[in-house]
Amino acid sequence: MKPFVTHEGVAAPILRINIDTDTIIPSREMRHVSKQGLGGGLFAGWRYLDGDREQRENNPEFILNKPQYAGASILLAGANFGCGSSREHAVWALLEYGFKAVIAPSFGSIFYHNAMRNGLLAVRLPEASINKLSVNTNATVPTRITIDLRNTKVSSDTGQRFRFDIEPIYKEMLLQGLDAIDMTLKHQPLIEEFQLRDRQTRRWAYLS
Amino acid sequence: MPQTLFEKIWQDHLIADLGDGSCLLHVDRVFLHERTGSIALRGMAEKQRRVRNPGQVFCTMDHIVDTFPGRGDETTLPGGRQFITLTRQEARRNGITLFDINDPRQGISHVISAEQGIALPGLTVVCPDSHTCTLGALGALAWGIGSSDCEHALATETLRVVKPRQMGVYLGGSLFPGVTAKDVMLHLIGTYSVSGGSGHALEFHGPGIRQLPMEARMTLCNMAVEFSAFTGLVAPDDLTREYIAGRPYAPAGVDWDAALNHWSKLNTDVGASYDKELYLDLSQVEPSVTWGTSPQHVIGISSVIPDPSEEPDTTVRQGMQRALDYMGLNAGAAIASVPVDAAFIGSCTNSRLSDLRAAAAVLKGNRIAGGVKAICVPGSGQVKRAAEQEGLHEIFQDAGFEWREAGCSMCFYAGGEGFSAGERVITSTNRNFEGRQGPGVRSHLASPATVAASALTGRITDARTICPDSPAIMASPGEKFGLGVHA
Repeated sequence: MKPFVTHEGVAAPILRINIDTDTIIPSREMRHVSKQGLGGGLFAGWRYLDGDREQRENNPEFILNKPQYAGASILLAGANFGCGSSREHAVWALLEYGFKAVIAPSFGSIFYHNAMRNGLLAVRLPEASINKLSVNTNATVPTRITIDLRNTKVSSDTGQRFRFDIEPIYKEMLLQGLDAIDMTLKHQPLIEEFQLRDRQTRRWAYLS
Repeated sequence: MPQTLFEKIWQDHLIADLGDGSCLLHVDRVFLHERTGSIALRGMAEKQRRVRNPGQVFCTMDHIVDTFPGRGDETTLPGGRQFITLTRQEARRNGITLFDINDPRQGISHVISAEQGIALPGLTVVCPDSHTCTLGALGALAWGIGSSDCEHALATETLRVVKPRQMGVYLGGSLFPGVTAKDVMLHLIGTYSVSGGSGHALEFHGPGIRQLPMEARMTLCNMAVEFSAFTGLVAPDDLTREYIAGRPYAPAGVDWDAALNHWSKLNTDVGASYDKELYLDLSQVEPSVTWGTSPQHVIGISSVIPDPSEEPDTTVRQGMQRALDYMGLNAGAAIASVPVDAAFIGSCTNSRLSDLRAAAAVLKGNRIAGGVKAICVPGSGQVKRAAEQEGLHEIFQDAGFEWREAGCSMCFYAGGEGFSAGERVITSTNRNFEGRQGPGVRSHLASPATVAASALTGRITDARTICPDSPAIMASPGEKFGLGVHA
């Protein structure tokens, strides 16, 4: 996993609440047993005028299709972003499209964890702060946002500044680009010791 | 110190507090399916990691596989074959028990995990599928994870988990006949919103839960994720023990006795407290049906569609208006008059024998309305056979329903079989998101009885108007049926 320390980029606001993972990437867009090839399916239901993959046309009304948001890398969203299905494809699709971070008041819990596991920073900020970040008096120029993970700060070129909270586990994983499995394998002796003890007290719980 | 049920199971599995806000928890069972499990298994192979204890890992085909009679590896979903063959290959290579397409035990992960005795009280059970929380009905700590975390569980038999807060959901009163667990959960989500359980593990407790049979408890816990909860839990009781006894992977002999002893302590102690408590009077619940594109867009079947202009919160109001536009409905209209094009009974929420019995009680001797496409997909091969032994398949078929092989089927649209844009579907599934059942498809969530009644009239219909006396619409007792092949 690539470390995330700071990132600066164009912020695209999609301020709907309860944007579910089916919307982030519809099941029909998950065509292969692969973590790749998903960026084109991101927000497919909103992004294209017609569902056909080969010929489909962009929906000019959808924010990510507007020229000024081409290259957006930070998504501003409403509460409970990523609720619903556990599909990690939602995270892989956002990353492949080019998003590095999502800022929302709250996240679906499986999505939140999946995002952090893959180096997509999920930042929780109050709705009022996100509304301020979304407003740019110059409508033709989108807001640029800088996220400083080490100092847990979000700032915008429109002069907004906010701090955010993040669990230490995710902060360290992202800052150092750590792989959770490698980290846990270092605890192998602890796991074995637990199982030795547990097999005595909960023998019924083990099938082999 | 008094502890909650959640706390007891958590402590039983706590290997280490990692000091970074997360804990290393032991994982007792991993369940996989060909949709997301395939990716986890492929990820393991690419990194040359091995499954640490394949004996505790199970796999099924449910998401991609067709549900037509005579199905095989080929699917109506383009490219579906790859998911099936790769899953089979990797399951075999890793020595994982696979309930393959023609295995009599095959079915929807969360249905067969309970049916086979794989999920048990006091176990931690994970699956790369958000509805794993279904198994909390047995008193298992069960939750959905992503594919990367699934690889973690396979490789280490552990997960790093940030401990959720705890919420008690007290169920008081009694359900009226014709009202089901599905209605209860929709009502709860409608009352407290889809984020009402956010950050919490729920425990359903109180006298109301004790009256509910096992399969109804599964429906309740199944939709904990639609409430944004980490999971849902029910403390095991006599019904739980009766349900589990003799199932293929359940403990037997001295292990059964030891398990019973352990399970008898799995309850919330008097004096233990939750971080948050909700109260629900079951007698206040009526058959519920969704009108919009979020499970919180739900009303009682005798109500009218709400008016967004009366909603004070701007974001919520905009969401409601968008939902009405998508659904092609008007505020103020009675939900119980809306015409439907299709009816679907199935999914991990409502595809068990008691669900099929409830629907059959409504359908018996009747025919569905002309032009309605109606499909019933049993949750497992075992459910299907048990239903056929009772003659339920004939009731469904005589009424005009298709009778399918087990699988997730049209709960979601994956590019294969689906409903058409603009079609309105009354469905016993769990998600009415925009496009969930196909681009432009309009989904109304409801109980199997409501789906059956609506199929008969061609309009969203209260099942109690069709068979007012039938007690079968009530979730039937969690009795056991054919235990299938022993491992």
